[in-house]
Amino acid sequence: MKAKIIVMPKRTVLDPQGKTVKHALESMNFAGIKDVRVGKFMEIEIEGGNKAELQKKIDEACQKLLSNPVIEEYTFEISH
Amino acid sequence: MHFGVIQFPGSNCDQDAYHALTDVLDQPTRYIWHKDASLGDVDCVVVPGGFSYGDYLRTGAIARFAPAMKAVIDHAKSGGLVIGICNGFQILCEAHLLPGALIRNRVLKFICDFVHVRVETTDSPFTNACKKGQVLRIPIAHGEGSYFAEPRVIEQLQRDDRILVRYCTKDGEITDAANPNGSLDNIAGICNETRNVFGLMPHPERASEELLGSDDGRMIFDSILQHANKGRREAVRVG
Repeated sequence: MKAKIIVMPKRTVLDPQGKTVKHALESMNFAGIKDVRVGKFMEIEIEGGNKAELQKKIDEACQKLLSNPVIEEYTFEISH
Repeated sequence: MHFGVIQFPGSNCDQDAYHALTDVLDQPTRYIWHKDASLGDVDCVVVPGGFSYGDYLRTGAIARFAPAMKAVIDHAKSGGLVIGICNGFQILCEAHLLPGALIRNRVLKFICDFVHVRVETTDSPFTNACKKGQVLRIPIAHGEGSYFAEPRVIEQLQRDDRILVRYCTKDGEITDAANPNGSLDNIAGICNETRNVFGLMPHPERASEELLGSDDGRMIFDSILQHANKGRREAVRVG
């Protein structure tokens, strides 16, 4: 099975990286951009196990290690 | 007073801290490898600056799980002193010994420069040798030093007098221009609720002797020693 995890800076947290990317996009004449935010994408491949159990494990991993809940939020999906 | 300096792969201010503690302050100090599960007879732990584990994932995120950090957490919970400098501050936040997080500087640059910080309270083992409002000239060297926490956490830090140092002008004024990295409320360093754990982005160990351009950082270490001596005197009186 494979877990795909997206970690993004919270809306309330300043994202200077996203802002800089926005400026760069604008300087290549990409008009009309409202906002850019830069996050992380992770893939974890797992051998065996059941999906419900994995759901719990990945959630715990996101809480404790893969994201910092003070500044980031996460979503993930698990597929075969 | 026995000091211990934690060494993670990627720590690079461990030797600066060791030098300041041994050669300048003449205190028994030893290194503690990140794989050591015990701190030994250490009274004060220094979590030094650097780029532990290459800053992978987030600054301080991996270091938090090192065996030595479990021992540091136990040490802190039983009232032992812990000072986290720069990456050490980031690690202490990730380990939940201090609230909040350090995010990327608002200017997106790695800043390596002398800054001024104002001592906001002398009611801590780390600032008791200073005067309230005293301005210290200490260098910073970081890319992720912008302190962030939810508004209610910032309010609590203010209410409990837990912001020990804030970025200021050389005259001690708290202004936005004097804030090098975008830290909320110009926060440069905070302590925990029980006041025995201190994290700060500036490097007092790099400003502990005139030869380095400033010896203001020494005030932080002198405070720790003064605190220890006071504890010893009180213990003698009780005994």
